Amino acid sequence: MKKFWCLFFMFWPIIGLIACAISPSMNWGFPYGLPAGSPLGERIDGLYYMILALVLIVFTGTQIGLGYVLWRGSEETDERAWYTHGSHSLEVIWSIVPAGILLFIALYQMDVWAEYRIQDNKNFPNQLETTVAEVTARQFEWRIRYPAPDRKFATRADLVTWLRNPQSDDLYSVNDIRVPAGKKVTIHLRTEDVQHSFFVPVLRIKQDAVPGKVIPVWFEATRADQYELLCAELCGWGHYKMKARVWAQSQEEYDAYLKQLQHDQFDDGVSSAENDED
Amino acid sequence: MSTAHPTAQTGDLEHAAHEHAEHHELGFVSKYVFSTDHKIIGIQFLFTTLLMMMVGGALALAVRWQLAFPWQWMPFVGNTIFAEQGGQISPEFYTMLFTMHATVMIFLVIIPVLAGAFGNFLIPLMIGADDMAFPTLNMLSYWFMWPAIALFGASFFFGGGPAAGWTSYPVLSAIRDAAPGSGWAQTCWLLAVTFVGFSSMMGSINYLTTIINMRAPGMTLFRMPLTIWAMFITAILQAFALPVLTAAGFMLVFERTFGFTFFVPAGVIVNNAAPTVGGGQPLLWQHLFWFYSHPAVYIMLLPAMGMVSDMLSCMCRKPVFGYKPMVYSMAAIAGLGFIVWGHHMFASGMNPALGMTFMVSTMMIALPSAIKVFNWIGTMWGGRLQFNAVMLNCIAFVSLFIVGGLSGLFMAAVPVDIYIHDTYFIVAHFHYILFGSTLFGVFGAIQFWFPKMFGRMMNDTLGKWHFAITFIGANGAFFPMHMLGVAGMPRRYADPYLHPYLNHLLDMNRFITISAIIMGLAQFILLFNFVYSIFKGKKCGRNPWGANGLEWTAPSPPGHGNFDILPVVFRGPYEYASPLAGEDDFLMQTKFLPPEDRAKEAADHDEVEGKH
Repeated sequence: MKKFWCLFFMFWPIIGLIACAISPSMNWGFPYGLPAGSPLGERIDGLYYMILALVLIVFTGTQIGLGYVLWRGSEETDERAWYTHGSHSLEVIWSIVPAGILLFIALYQMDVWAEYRIQDNKNFPNQLETTVAEVTARQFEWRIRYPAPDRKFATRADLVTWLRNPQSDDLYSVNDIRVPAGKKVTIHLRTEDVQHSFFVPVLRIKQDAVPGKVIPVWFEATRADQYELLCAELCGWGHYKMKARVWAQSQEEYDAYLKQLQHDQFDDGVSSAENDED
Repeated sequence: MSTAHPTAQTGDLEHAAHEHAEHHELGFVSKYVFSTDHKIIGIQFLFTTLLMMMVGGALALAVRWQLAFPWQWMPFVGNTIFAEQGGQISPEFYTMLFTMHATVMIFLVIIPVLAGAFGNFLIPLMIGADDMAFPTLNMLSYWFMWPAIALFGASFFFGGGPAAGWTSYPVLSAIRDAAPGSGWAQTCWLLAVTFVGFSSMMGSINYLTTIINMRAPGMTLFRMPLTIWAMFITAILQAFALPVLTAAGFMLVFERTFGFTFFVPAGVIVNNAAPTVGGGQPLLWQHLFWFYSHPAVYIMLLPAMGMVSDMLSCMCRKPVFGYKPMVYSMAAIAGLGFIVWGHHMFASGMNPALGMTFMVSTMMIALPSAIKVFNWIGTMWGGRLQFNAVMLNCIAFVSLFIVGGLSGLFMAAVPVDIYIHDTYFIVAHFHYILFGSTLFGVFGAIQFWFPKMFGRMMNDTLGKWHFAITFIGANGAFFPMHMLGVAGMPRRYADPYLHPYLNHLLDMNRFITISAIIMGLAQFILLFNFVYSIFKGKKCGRNPWGANGLEWTAPSPPGHGNFDILPVVFRGPYEYASPLAGEDDFLMQTKFLPPEDRAKEAADHDEVEGKH
C-alpha cells in the first residue's frame, strides 16, 4: 500500500509534464499558436520559454527527489530512521545555487523592461514622431481620437496641448484602432471613468488605464493584421465585453483609412474641402 | 528569554487547582459559547471556518458553472435566485460571485483557520502555558468574526453584493454609480473587512505576548516547534501590515460616505454622472491595499508551513532537517514579504523604475521558499514513513508547493508579467499555493490534532479517500489554468468566448469545472468524518501518534489549565529516532535523562550545533 502512494505522488507530476509537452500541438499555448506579433513580444516570449525551461528542470529534479525519499522511506524495516538534524554543506549548496539562478533571471530581463517602459532608453520611441492616437477607455468601450493626418507635433508642448484639448479636426472612432504596421507607434491611454487595461494579447501589450493619468503605450506590429483588444482590469459588469481591435495596416491602407474617416466625419455633401473650419 | 519563574511545588499547585475549580463553576454559555479558554476558542474558529469554506466553495462552483456553461440555466438556484434573468447568472451577479468567493476564502476561511483555529489551540499547549496571555481579548477576537460574517451576508442584499473584486480598487469601488454593487454593498464589505482586521489584530497581540512571555521553563526560543515559530512570525506580519489595510479601508469608507477624495481624481465621469471634484489618486489605494495583502498571503502560508514541518517530522520518525535554516527562512519570507508588494502593480501605471526594484525583491523571496522545500525533502530522506492521511496531506503540501512556487517565477519576471498579469496564470499560481499547499496542510493538521482536541481519532480510511479525491480534483481544476493563462484568458470575465482567440478554451474550462465539482463534493467526506468522529471516533490517549510536542503530554482533550504538571523542557521537539530514547523511537521534550545520558546528549548537541 505504501508503494501505491509513492507511485500516486509520482504519477501526477508525470501527467503534468506530458500536458506541457503536448501543449503546442493541442493549441494550449500562446494565442493561435503564433509567435508574438511585435519584436518586444518576441523577447517576452523568449524570456518566458527560458524561465519555462528552468522551471521544468527544477520541477523534474525536485519531484524525482521527493519520489526517491518517499520510495526509500516506504521500505518495510524495523530499523529506526536516520537520526540527523541536517547538513551544513547541503544548506550552503542549496542556498547558493538557487540564488545564482534567480539572480541570472533577474539581470537577464532588465533590458527588456527598460526598453519597454523607461523613456530615457535608446529604444523608447520619440512620442512626438510616433503618436498615432489617444485611446480613452470607458464602461464598456474604447474611444479613439486620431490627430488630423497633417497635424505634426513639433514640441512636447504641442503634444500636451493636443492631449489636453480635443481639436476640431480630430478624427474619432470606437473600438477600432488603426496603426501603421512595421513601425513603432505610440498611443496615449486614458480612461473616462474607472480603471481599465489595454490588453492586446498577440502583441503582448498590457497597460492599465488609470483615472487622472495619460499613459503613453508604444508598440510595433510586425505584421499587417487585425489584433484583438480587450480590457484586463475589472471595470464593472461589462468588463468581459469590451471587445475591440487594433488593426495594423500598410502605410497606404492606413493613410487611406484616415482619409476616409476624415471624409465621413466632415463631408456635409456641400463643400469638398476636408478641413473646413465650421 | 524564557520563563523566569517556574512556579509551584506540587502541593501549591493542588491547592491552586482546588480553589480555581471552586471559583469557576461555569454555565453552558460561559463554558462553550463565550469561553475564554483558548482551546474552546480554537475549536469555535475551526467550526466557523469549516462552515465558511463550504460557502466560499459554493461561490466558486457558481463561477465555474458560468465559465463552463455560459449563460445557461443555473442548477439548484436557477428558478429561485435567478428567476428574473431566466435562470442564468447575470453579468453583475458574476462580478459579485468572484468578489465574494475570494473575500470569504481569504478573510473568513484561510486566515482564521490558521491563526484563529490552530494558532489559538496550539500555542499555549506547545509552549507549556496554561492559556493565552489575554483570554478575554482572545474571546473577543473570535466573536468579532460574527459581525464581519453578518455584514458580508448583508452586503448580498444591496444591489446584489459588492462587485469590485476582493481587491476593491477605486474608482470602481469608490463611486456608487460605477457598478450595481458599489453602493451600500461595498460599504458593508469594507466594514466587514475592518471587523476581520480587528479580530486578527487582537489575535496577533495575544500570540506575540504569549509566545514571548509564557513559555515553560527550559523552552528557549530555539527549542520551540516550527509551528510556534510560524505563528510567531505570522503574528508579527499581522501586527505590522494590518493597520495599513484598516487605514485604507477607513479612507475608502470616508470617501464613499462623507465625500473625502483620497482616491478619486478630478474629472471622472462615471455612467454619465457629473464629473467628480476629485483630487485623489487611484494608485494610492493599490499601494496601501497591497502593502497589507502581500504579507497577507504569507500569513496564509507560514502557519501551514510550520505545522507541516511538525507533522512530517512525526510521520517520518526523524528530526526536521535543518531546523535553524527553516526558522531563518520563515523570517526571511516574512521580512522580504514587506518589500515586494509592488509586484501586484507592474502594469498599474506606477513608476516603471519601481518595477525593477520590486522585481529584484520578489526574485529574492523565492530563495527561502526553495530552501524550505529542500529541507522538507531532507526531513523525509532516510525516514521511516507512515502513510496515513496526515502524511499524505503533508506530502501533497510539499509536492504542490513546488508547482505553486515555480509558477511564481514567471510573474516575478516583469516583462512576462505584462502578458500574464490579470490572466488565469495568476489564478493558477495562487490556487496552487492556497489550496494545493495551505489547505492540504490544514487538512493534515485537522486530522493530526483532532485527537488532542476531542480525545478521539478521525477515521483514517475516510481521510485517505478524502485526500485522494481532493488531490485529483484540485490538480484537475488548477493545473489547466496555467494553460488558460498562457493562452491569454483574462480573469474576472463572465464570458471569455466573445473573443475569438479564446473560443477553443471552452472544453478546457468544462474540464476544470467538472474537476472542481468533484473536489467540492469530496469535502463532504471530510466534514462527515469530522462530525462523526467527534461522537463516535475511536478513543485515544495522550499521545496516539508518538509525537514530540508538549501538547502530547497533556490529556486528550486537555482540561482547564492544560497540564496536570507544569512541563519542564530539556530539549528540542524533534528528537525522533534518538539513540538516547531507549525502547521508544522518540525522546519527549520533557523526558528527564540520567546524568550519563545527559552528558552524551550535550556532546551530540554541540556537534550538531556546530553543523548549523
